[in-house]
Amino acid sequence: MSTLAAAPTPKPRTEGLPAILGSLPLTLLFLTLVLTPLGLTLLLSFAQFDYNTGIQPGHTLEQYLTVLTDSYFLEIFWRTFWISGLTTLVCVLVGAPEAYVLSRMGKPWRTIFLLVVLSPLLVSLVVRAFGWSLLLGPNGPLGRAAEALGLGSLLYTPTAIIIGLVHVMLPFMVIPVWTSLQKLDPAVEQAAYSLNASRMQTLWRVILPQTMPGILSGSLIVFGLSASSFAIPALLGGRRLKMVATIVYDEFLNELNWPLGAAIAMLLLVANLAIMLSYNRVVERSYRRSLG
Amino acid sequence: MAFLRLEHVSKYYGDLCVVSDMNLSVEQGEFISLLGPSGCGKTTTLQMIAGFAEVTRGRITLDGRDITQAKPNTRGLGIVFQSYALFPHMTVRDNVAFGLAMRKVERTERERRMREALALVKLDKYADRYPRELSGGQRQRVALARALVIRPPVLLLDEPLSNLDAQLREEMQFELRSIQRQIGTTTIMVTHDQAEALSISDRVVVMQEGRATQVDAPYRMYEHPQTPFISRFVGKTNMLPGTVTRAGARAEVGIAGLALEVDGNGLHAGDAVHLSLRPEKLLPVAQGQGKLDGRVATRYFLGSQWQYELDTAMGTLVMVTPNDGRAPLADGQQVGLDWAGDTLRVLRAGA
Repeated sequence: MSTLAAAPTPKPRTEGLPAILGSLPLTLLFLTLVLTPLGLTLLLSFAQFDYNTGIQPGHTLEQYLTVLTDSYFLEIFWRTFWISGLTTLVCVLVGAPEAYVLSRMGKPWRTIFLLVVLSPLLVSLVVRAFGWSLLLGPNGPLGRAAEALGLGSLLYTPTAIIIGLVHVMLPFMVIPVWTSLQKLDPAVEQAAYSLNASRMQTLWRVILPQTMPGILSGSLIVFGLSASSFAIPALLGGRRLKMVATIVYDEFLNELNWPLGAAIAMLLLVANLAIMLSYNRVVERSYRRSLG
Repeated sequence: MAFLRLEHVSKYYGDLCVVSDMNLSVEQGEFISLLGPSGCGKTTTLQMIAGFAEVTRGRITLDGRDITQAKPNTRGLGIVFQSYALFPHMTVRDNVAFGLAMRKVERTERERRMREALALVKLDKYADRYPRELSGGQRQRVALARALVIRPPVLLLDEPLSNLDAQLREEMQFELRSIQRQIGTTTIMVTHDQAEALSISDRVVVMQEGRATQVDAPYRMYEHPQTPFISRFVGKTNMLPGTVTRAGARAEVGIAGLALEVDGNGLHAGDAVHLSLRPEKLLPVAQGQGKLDGRVATRYFLGSQWQYELDTAMGTLVMVTPNDGRAPLADGQQVGLDWAGDTLRVLRAGA
């Protein structure tokens, strides 16, 4: 995201010196706040480490080898990606219909419900996570209900993490889908009806395919943010159910093995980038011709 | 029994009346145009026939069946939208075949009819393109093919040509007519372009403030407009306000001290009337030889025609003469003006 915002993208006819000067503050900010820490983390991940003496001079690939060969870490990576994937799926299933209903609402209600949809963004992430842990905990109403239904305890399970993540990520799905719904020509729906399509057929064969770009870009955002999320897994996953971001935190602050933490962080970044870029490529290719 | 019938159809949005007591009978195979300025209710009328706008009062019947309350997707009408409303994520082939697929037409039959429809609009080579890879005129044709492929009893066209440039519009307009003739589908077209309505319709319905003010064949509509509004809206005209000075079979109307003879049917002495004189009905003659004299104030060259603005005793008159290759009238030239006796139409003032 920040790369896009900071890249010198001159408006039409703003060229040369003014453009460079204009983009200078953002570029500097970007360099100092994003690239420098990232570079330092990258360097750190190659550092040698000893539990007795700490960071040693010299470079090694040992941290990466440890992560990539240890089934403990691989399991955490796998869990992070399937939880993020499932969160994305649930967000699509909930968010896309939600955006459609929103776009169909009348004047006063639409604004009100849009605010309701966006409200999670207005409350601190930590507060929300604690709220969920109260609801899902053994004394919370949802936790008790699950217990009564024989589902076992909810808190500190992947289910709890997914519930929390979906709540946080939903606005990031609703907004792009809503935007692509706004771009729809209302006559296209009428055209489908005039050709004998039922409401469901129109939704499925005419409206949904046209909102696919919105759904796909929403999925990218949700997946990326979920895979690197920290607060929700930390508070709803507990001490044992780790995700990548929480294990990085542990390595840095509990184990004090900074190089290993840095290596895990770099691997998460690379994996995330690889997944998102290839996904984006597939999407671009399949929609460039029809929807531009 | 008419094929499509609108009986006392009205549409209100709250207290706002959009269409008021509209009556219209359309025969099978007829091409009808709803013509009017924007906001006259013509599009709303079309939307009510299509089922996208609810009818507040009245009845719509199609081939004897009451469709007033029927859902749009059960009416089976073919509609071409102003924005074309093609499905952007489907190829031309899938766009055209969509209606057939929804009707569960069997696959080989579907393919055959899709090809047929594309051939009809001369787009057979574009079946695998997406709408955004087509020009405006081509999209228009796809929309037409998509509407016709389901063999609708009635084809509804909502300003179908308004998004095309002038030359293409004229071409498409004649092609639309020839396609309609070829397949014989009853067609209702909404338009604000009088030339379009006159050139391709069997009958024209002029609408004004939610009412159908005149329904006539194009030639009759042009020659015998019933109100000053229609005579101005359908073609150009010189509108001359005057008073009837003598009633009778041939009445006389006084305008600016001149007495003009008109068809006196239903006129009484002292009536305030408007006379309508079409610019092309005026004939230039030698000075003093015509019914009145004028001086050329301005002239415009329109290619096939000359348009003159003339200062006369009755005010400024517009005259259009064909460009027959002879030298045109010069600026400032004095000319006599004549016209055939019955081309001067009487319109009741205020009607």
